[in-house]
Amino acid sequence: MTHRIRSTVAVGALLLAGSAFAQVKIAYIDPLSGPFANVGEAGLKGFREIADTINAKGGANGQKIEFVPFDNKGSPQESLINFKAVTDQGIRFITQGNGSGVAHALVDAVNKWNARNPDKTVLYLNYAAVDPTLTNDKCSFWHFRFDANSDMKMEAITNFMEKDKSIKKVFIIGQDYAHGHQVAKAAKAMLAKKRPDVQIVGEDLHPIGRTKDFAPYIAKIKAAGADTVITGNWGNDLSLLIKAAKDAGLKAKFHTYYAGGLGTPAAMGPAGEGLVLQLTEWHMNVQPNKAEAFATAFNKKYPGVEFYYLRVNTMMLMLAEAMNKAKSTDPKQVALTLEDMRFEADNGEVWMRKSDHQMIQPLYISIFSKVDGKAVKHEVEHTGHGFKTLASITARDSQLPTTCIMERP
Amino acid sequence: MEFFLISLLNGVTYGLLLFMLSSGLTLIFSMMGVLNFAHASFYMLGAYFAYQISTYLGFGAALLVAPLVVGALGAVVERYGLRKAHRFGHVAELLFTFGLAFLVEEIVHLVWGKSSVDYKIPEYFDGTLFTLFSTSFPIYKGFMMLVSVGMLVALYLLLTRTRIGLIIQAALSKPDMVQALGHDVPKIFMLVFGGGTALAGLAGVIGGNAFITEPGMAAAVGSIVFVVVVVGGMGSLAGAFVASLLIGCIQTFSVGITFSVTDLAALFGVRLEDSSAVARLTVTQLAPVLPYLLMVAILIFRPRGLMGARES
Repeated sequence: MTHRIRSTVAVGALLLAGSAFAQVKIAYIDPLSGPFANVGEAGLKGFREIADTINAKGGANGQKIEFVPFDNKGSPQESLINFKAVTDQGIRFITQGNGSGVAHALVDAVNKWNARNPDKTVLYLNYAAVDPTLTNDKCSFWHFRFDANSDMKMEAITNFMEKDKSIKKVFIIGQDYAHGHQVAKAAKAMLAKKRPDVQIVGEDLHPIGRTKDFAPYIAKIKAAGADTVITGNWGNDLSLLIKAAKDAGLKAKFHTYYAGGLGTPAAMGPAGEGLVLQLTEWHMNVQPNKAEAFATAFNKKYPGVEFYYLRVNTMMLMLAEAMNKAKSTDPKQVALTLEDMRFEADNGEVWMRKSDHQMIQPLYISIFSKVDGKAVKHEVEHTGHGFKTLASITARDSQLPTTCIMERP
Repeated sequence: MEFFLISLLNGVTYGLLLFMLSSGLTLIFSMMGVLNFAHASFYMLGAYFAYQISTYLGFGAALLVAPLVVGALGAVVERYGLRKAHRFGHVAELLFTFGLAFLVEEIVHLVWGKSSVDYKIPEYFDGTLFTLFSTSFPIYKGFMMLVSVGMLVALYLLLTRTRIGLIIQAALSKPDMVQALGHDVPKIFMLVFGGGTALAGLAGVIGGNAFITEPGMAAAVGSIVFVVVVVGGMGSLAGAFVASLLIGCIQTFSVGITFSVTDLAALFGVRLEDSSAVARLTVTQLAPVLPYLLMVAILIFRPRGLMGARES
């Protein structure tokens, strides 16, 4: 008995010694089960990897960064329960990315919590929820977005499509929730302005995360005679869509937001060559590629997952710098330092725009092509194919005006 | 024309997979009166077992072994679980299978993780079987159809040409009478339960890599197989077959129809305001709901189903 007590004490002492540093805890609220679990898990690995790198260099304001995962199962309701647990545990930073529906719920919850608890404020760092309203009508001082929003992405894609005169008939397909609706709306409005000659031959929304067989949708796209498909799909909804297109031998071009990782390249294989495009802030074959070493080490460490989210690195490095500059880990102080910050990220200079907390960064349009050792040096997901840059959009050009009127505390 | 034929092929492929899943369920349901909520869980186990076996022995072995393992597991569940619950009536049985579904899902979480596993179509099935107009039809879909039809024929022969099939058929409509005639009905129950779950397992083996193998896959098909059983009618395999194909085709064709309430009203010369979201809903968006609508309609207008042998 005494032996057990003694060993418990010893373990306790060890634990105490381990946390000689105070810690900055960040709650990671994303799907870790359900149809998008693979996306949530890949994101968490990215966050933990960059946190390790930052911690090895002394941490943020002398403190170590630690991620606490919360499984929201992709649902806004679950996320609110998670948020309750987050505030109960005294965690002051949250990050989330998968699903704008969840993002809206969290922004609301954070705004309310901070209004009622000015001494225990929480800061919400959004790394991937791209509904434009989050930095427009519904903007919040407590929300920072590190990914280009859906309208910025569609602006870049339609600018690119404007020059491609082979495009005649476009089909828009998306997931039936805020993001899918926004993509369809923006695509139609922007194409009507830039390419009035292009015909929108169809528009479909399918239930998110529940469609396993996309063959009927592909048959419809084919029957509509589309030469180009625009989709904001992500996760398995994109992999399965592209896989069904491959199976049916559909030869249309796919303009996507997220084809670069998380199973989609593996699902399309060589059949996607010259047909599938993506818009991202980075990919493995950008020139110059400052994240190459980090990405290579990451891919080696986590077989089965490939480094995808450069913006996760940018976000964490900016957060750490903001904490260092503010000499504080208080969310309000950090937020005040973070807004208007300019930062030299691995994809060039980025800027956290003060007026709406939307990060402005360079973007790339790239196409799935065979590895040739020059423009396409690295393959993705062992397909023998990688992404080749077709267009680079400077941070300046990627900007769109905002309607945000921010209330500051 | 191309759209019609391709949609028909897609619908039939999906329908046949549904039939493989629901044939076992309808047999169990009608013989034992057990609404087996865990049926789709055996489908999921089939996919996971096949994934595990195929990593060591290849897909061919998985196709043979995984359904047998699932079937054996089903028989054990019947013999040592369901039969005990049976003594306390149908509610206990129902609750038992309900709990079992959750149990299986948690076990899958623990063993294979919460994310999807990389269960892929073998390379030799990766290709085009034939090209219809300009749409290619993948080999694997052809293979799925072949397995389903093969299973259908085998099941038909078993039920109509063998002695055990005769007893099973009799037990489908008059279970008490069969028992009164001195047949070992509990043993038949165990066989049917094992056989039914093996069929679900087989559907999992070929459905798991065609779609995706993840812990949510049981819940995704769980409700649709009940629709098949209800629409097809109690105790009727032929009904289940027709209902499966019907639902498969409804789901594929409805995706292709862009027709909304607004269009319908326009046919009658009524112009609806654009603002209403409900009026703009197209058949495509309603596609996932249509099978359930069909089930509700069947329950109202023809409670014994399309080809049901008895009312209760």
